[in-house]
Amino acid sequence: MANGRFFDEMTKPDGLPRDVYQRVAHWVSSAPPELLASRRSQAELMFRRIGITFAVYGDKDSTERLIPFDIVPRVLGRSEWTRLEAGLIQRVKVLNMFLADLYGKGEVIKAGIIPEDIVLNNEHFRPEMRGVKVPHDVYVHISGIDIVRVDDHDFYVLEDNARTPSGVSYMLENREVMMRLVPELFAQHRVAPVENYPDALLSSLRSVAPLQAGNDPVCVLLTPGIFNSAYYEHSFLADKLGVELVEGRDLLVKNNVVYMRTTQGPQRVDVIYRRIDDDFLDPLAFRPDSALGVPGLMQAYLAGNVTLANAVGTGVADDKAVYTYMPEIIKFYLGEEPLLKNVPTWRCREPDALKYVLDHLPELVVKEVNGSGGYGMLVGPHATREQIAEFATKLKNDPDGFIAQPTLNLSTCPASFESGIGPRHVDLRPFVLSGADGVRVIPGGLTRVAMKEGSLVVNSSQGGGTKDTWVIEDFQGGLA
Amino acid sequence: MLSRTADNLYWLSRYMERADFLARIIDAAQRLATLPTAYGGTGSEWESTLNAAGALDGYREHVGAVNETSAIYYLAFDPQNSSSICNCLEYARTNARAVRTALTIEMWQSINGAWLEMKRFQAAFGKPGTIDRLELARFLDFVRKASLDFDGSAHRTMLRNDAHWFSRLGLYMERADTTARILDVKYNVLLPETEQVGGSLDYFQWTAILRAVSALTAYNWVYKETIKPWLVADLLILRPEMPRSLRSCYDDITRLLDNIGRAYGKQGPSQNKALETLRQLETIDIKQIFEKGLHEFLTDFIESNDALGAAIGGQYLIHVDESTTETQAQSQA
Repeated sequence: MANGRFFDEMTKPDGLPRDVYQRVAHWVSSAPPELLASRRSQAELMFRRIGITFAVYGDKDSTERLIPFDIVPRVLGRSEWTRLEAGLIQRVKVLNMFLADLYGKGEVIKAGIIPEDIVLNNEHFRPEMRGVKVPHDVYVHISGIDIVRVDDHDFYVLEDNARTPSGVSYMLENREVMMRLVPELFAQHRVAPVENYPDALLSSLRSVAPLQAGNDPVCVLLTPGIFNSAYYEHSFLADKLGVELVEGRDLLVKNNVVYMRTTQGPQRVDVIYRRIDDDFLDPLAFRPDSALGVPGLMQAYLAGNVTLANAVGTGVADDKAVYTYMPEIIKFYLGEEPLLKNVPTWRCREPDALKYVLDHLPELVVKEVNGSGGYGMLVGPHATREQIAEFATKLKNDPDGFIAQPTLNLSTCPASFESGIGPRHVDLRPFVLSGADGVRVIPGGLTRVAMKEGSLVVNSSQGGGTKDTWVIEDFQGGLA
Repeated sequence: MLSRTADNLYWLSRYMERADFLARIIDAAQRLATLPTAYGGTGSEWESTLNAAGALDGYREHVGAVNETSAIYYLAFDPQNSSSICNCLEYARTNARAVRTALTIEMWQSINGAWLEMKRFQAAFGKPGTIDRLELARFLDFVRKASLDFDGSAHRTMLRNDAHWFSRLGLYMERADTTARILDVKYNVLLPETEQVGGSLDYFQWTAILRAVSALTAYNWVYKETIKPWLVADLLILRPEMPRSLRSCYDDITRLLDNIGRAYGKQGPSQNKALETLRQLETIDIKQIFEKGLHEFLTDFIESNDALGAAIGGQYLIHVDESTTETQAQSQA
């Protein structure tokens, strides 16, 4: 099963399973194909019944589609996790310090760590936030850091998602479904639970409420509405958090205070976990055509009467051009070496880098600095000559708008199909929470898997699937 | 709770109840339409059924001449009919999606399951005349079960708080409306005692009404005699023990509005209005109704029920800015 070119999470090059995968490997290889097939169809049925669907933009036929789920879990040993966790905490701590600095004194720019124009010309930089003090200096309350591996020792950060990262409902539901599907596997492992994520999230949110909110702040989750692709997740989380799921039209602002419209009249709101982008938050402050937002929200926010999570303007930190400076930024604030590596990246804005990238397009991955969801991206080795030529033109016209990375040999993990078991490329999005009480990570995350053989694109908007992600104790003993 | 949530819950239940009602009247009309005229078949069953569903005008506009095949399609599947069964289930689910957090898992699963099943039927029989009697019977059965399933899951799993009360309120408001409508469409066969001319001819019409509101067995238990038109009216308007009667609906509506009023520490126009209607239903008897004229009585009732719906909307579901600032001032005082 191991394929010489890629690091397989389960199987070593000699064909034997890695230690943490012993029991899973045994289960996969000994389970009759009919059993796996019935588990796969059960899983599909469960997801369909629960109603976990995902709307894909531009896909008219299926406004509600199921994200494929793979029944073979992705496993991380405790020691691997501990290393990863420390790196994630370091990274998110720095993201918060970086944002506080950018909107504050700007030391990182003065020290020449990052060019000023990258920040100022960034469309996600919000000058309105300059000099604004956010509670406990926390900007990125919820982040999803995309991690990939190419071997068994290093974790690479592929992207920092610091705006409104999604996917955590899949982390939670995948676990629920797996526990019902393969109880025998859970009986053989001690898997770190993820079900406390909503509690942790709620306490992070409450910890950053404005002071005047008192001991029992009112939190709400702000969604763009049922047509948003992540609406299922919004409603799922609001339910788990026990907070109201509000749309823009449910909120109103009076004298810089935010209220929600209830059956008993207006009720004051203290913390808004918003799943709406900055641009759409407030038609008075940002896009005037936004029907999703709340007029006056930004004024209430700047007056300190309500906390937005994530803060306004965090997009500048998850920009792909800023990403390339993260190792230096970490050193600058903490005086420490980064625990997680950056994928080596060419900044096309630098003439030498641009020349190299143009010369090596067929072997590189080129990304738009402001793109997300796997759109606006060139995967050189899989691209046609026309696509490469098209991208070369784009690059020459707007070098600042692109970065390039080597095509990573993303690790693979076995996945179960009708045709049998086969390795598929995976990444991992752990979810990191920041509050007044510090930064924490729920052990696990969302493993995304490229369901097409050989494909490196794991995004759910492009047919990627998911797996349950287990953090288990290193010593699992021999086979029973 | 959010006004919008209350609104969605209220309409969700109304649409589920309406789907159930439509399934029942289609079933009843189909039985009637198979009767020879000598047994009360009038040839106009589908017209009066479309009328009872409040869909006759729309039908005439979109379809034209009334016949069984087109009427069934229009009432059950037609996307052009905003109150077709499929559209009711579609709207119910849209409302449910918008308030996922206010529903229990069981409620959501019952609605979502029904919607998926409905899509299957729609894909198979989504064109006029493609459904045979057997499949139609299956479909109508499925719709009634879906409604029962939703009702049961709401009853068994919801917390008894305002979310529950608004949801039930929608159900009883819809039920009162549909019961009154079906009676009104058939009022001409529900003659008062003194005019019992050729009554037996209408026997099957009366049983059809009872069947449409699943009250045939209930009738036998309550009156223990053969079917008399004024007793049918009595059962469906005044009998408190009959769960579809106007009286019973208003017992529930008043109780639910009282619960809400108590929980919020404030009564309003909807409580007053509901109580007024209930008092009337408690004090009037069937003789007085016939003296006044059944049709007039029912028309008044439907209007007053609509007015209550508007009052509930204004008091709880739709918040205009003036009223919010007013309550805000009150709550701060």
